[in-house]
Amino acid sequence: MSDALLSLTDVVKYFPVQTGHLRRSRDMVHAVDGVSFEVRRGETLGLVGETGCGKSTLARCISRLFELTSGQIIFDGRDISRLRPRQLRPLRREMQMIFQDPYGSLNPKRRVGSIIGDPFAIHGTASGAERKRRVQEAMELVGLNPEHYNRFPSEFSGGQRQRIGVARALALRPKLIICDEPVSALDVSIQAQIINLLSDLQDQLDLTYVFIAHDLSVVRHVSDRVALMYLGKVVEIAPAEELYQHPRHPYANALLSAVPIPDPIAAAKRERIVLVGDVPSPVHPPSGCNFHPRCPKAQDRCVVEEPSLLPRFDDDELHATACHFPVADGEDLSEARPAIGVEHRIVEPDTAGAPTGLGVSVAHGSPGSPESPEPVERRRS
Amino acid sequence: MSVATSIESGIAGPAEPFGVAPGEADARIEGRSTWELAWARLKRDRAAMISLTVIIVIILVAIFAPVFAAITGHGADAQFRTTGMTPDGLPVAPGSRFVLGTDDQGRDLLVRIAYGARISLLVGVVVTVLVVAVGAVLGLAAGYMGGLVDTIVARLIDVVLSLPYLLFAISLVSINFLGGPGLPIIVFVITVFSWAAIARVVRGQVLSIREKEYIEAARSLGSGSWRIMFVDILPNVVAQLIVYATLLIPVVIVFEAALSFLGLGIPPPTPDWGQMISEAQQGGLYQQAWWFLVFPSAALVITTLAFNILGDGVRDALDPRLERL
Repeated sequence: MSDALLSLTDVVKYFPVQTGHLRRSRDMVHAVDGVSFEVRRGETLGLVGETGCGKSTLARCISRLFELTSGQIIFDGRDISRLRPRQLRPLRREMQMIFQDPYGSLNPKRRVGSIIGDPFAIHGTASGAERKRRVQEAMELVGLNPEHYNRFPSEFSGGQRQRIGVARALALRPKLIICDEPVSALDVSIQAQIINLLSDLQDQLDLTYVFIAHDLSVVRHVSDRVALMYLGKVVEIAPAEELYQHPRHPYANALLSAVPIPDPIAAAKRERIVLVGDVPSPVHPPSGCNFHPRCPKAQDRCVVEEPSLLPRFDDDELHATACHFPVADGEDLSEARPAIGVEHRIVEPDTAGAPTGLGVSVAHGSPGSPESPEPVERRRS
Repeated sequence: MSVATSIESGIAGPAEPFGVAPGEADARIEGRSTWELAWARLKRDRAAMISLTVIIVIILVAIFAPVFAAITGHGADAQFRTTGMTPDGLPVAPGSRFVLGTDDQGRDLLVRIAYGARISLLVGVVVTVLVVAVGAVLGLAAGYMGGLVDTIVARLIDVVLSLPYLLFAISLVSINFLGGPGLPIIVFVITVFSWAAIARVVRGQVLSIREKEYIEAARSLGSGSWRIMFVDILPNVVAQLIVYATLLIPVVIVFEAALSFLGLGIPPPTPDWGQMISEAQQGGLYQQAWWFLVFPSAALVITTLAFNILGDGVRDALDPRLERL
């Protein structure tokens, strides 16, 4: 596929768990655990998943703010996965990030003009009056008043601040923009403004987006294709409508059944699939398919064999699912029961409970430590 | 008093630029920086403004010390054995000829105090700038770079803070380090013993700022470590540094006076406040000639007090939310 702007092969990022100053633990947080996909020029790839599934870590791996543990990233025909900090600088002009928190991502002590002018200053592309002109051009592009050049971030609203972040990312006209939950910190009405701004800019400037979010409706609206992540892995990837119409992975089904429907009658009719248990610790992810402890369709094979990301049923090659027992169209998941043999069972499933309850209360991984340890990483550029 | 004024003024400050009517918006489009706001608050702090005036007067006295000498016709080191001393050999009391009286050798105290101000202020300001620069750079490096740099700087801070500085200073002088008593050794000793406190504060601040998203944004834009440390992080600690610097000046002045008092600082006959106080109390002459001890001490107390009150005011002005200790 030559039209791929970005291509990931088996990207892995582990963080060491720090236990103390002297003892170095061998435990690792499996933040991103073998992710492969491609992003084509001009498209928007949505990346969804719940908190802690590795979306943001993956974004920082792509933008090379983190060193990869292993794997390969090809950007615009170049392998960027092993570049040194100095070699990365030209790359920064082509790939930019928009951050989640419009309050945290702008330096409070610097004026907007100098914040947006940073890319020009760092890469030495414009200085003095020329830089000011380019900065004001960028401000106009994102719908800010160029005369507010000398203001401080604290004098802007959340939405305006996010526009400043967008202007900074766009200043050098990059090819790829990684949006790390760009709207989740904003009011709903402002969310729409920023999303429309991003899609206008995409048409205008021929941008490619990797759009990270946990809001499924937002992702559906903006994305051409969507990749769904669970515990550091992509479990399903498909064109947006396809994923929402025909989710194959049991996890995708469960997530989509939780999306609010504006019609109360339809909402009441819908069967919600409630997953049992918590996301296992990424320090000791479950064996086989890492979703199996919570999966209503889990079987012995899921415990031992990791499913690969392949088209299932008669889906076309764009729709790939990592599941041994994918969900067919119209299949009722709420009737499903896991069938894991005794030899693989750690805790007896609670089948005596409510008839609609599903899944297993099998606790794989690290018992008694549901919270994942903070990933600790020495940050250096 | 000063607290109340400054906090009040922080809340009821003049209208912000965005409160201006649309028609005149263009004229006030520029946001007011931290410094403009802080200055506005400081101006309302009466105690701080009086201190600032006192400090300016002391600076002027120091600058124009030769003018005092010229007007009175008394040099700083000149001894007036006939006019400057009573027939019994005692210092002359304050009067029309010697405004602040004379010392045990018949020297004009006013002129000597004026010249002494030069040393105190010079040491106070120069050493403080040096200390803040060293402390800030080491603190920034330790906090941002982490790893080995951090370990080394952190241990160094611990070592410096645990050394007894007077013993250290006395032993340095006794081995004639940097040429024995004098300005170089004063600057050296005070710098070595004062940077650690600044570095520790800066390091702590940097550790928290380093994790902010805008630092990550800077890295994703391609900023190098130096640019991040000095362009992105430093502006966020400058306010703290200025507060520390203003509060450090009086400490340094007293430190210098203490070293000179012990004979480790400026050697006689160059006038220096600490050394003058030392001379005054050595012979016990101050029991007859109080001015001999009181005036140099008063100069020292007024100067340090003014800097301390100004420092408090600056702290309140720069961070109105800060609790007063």
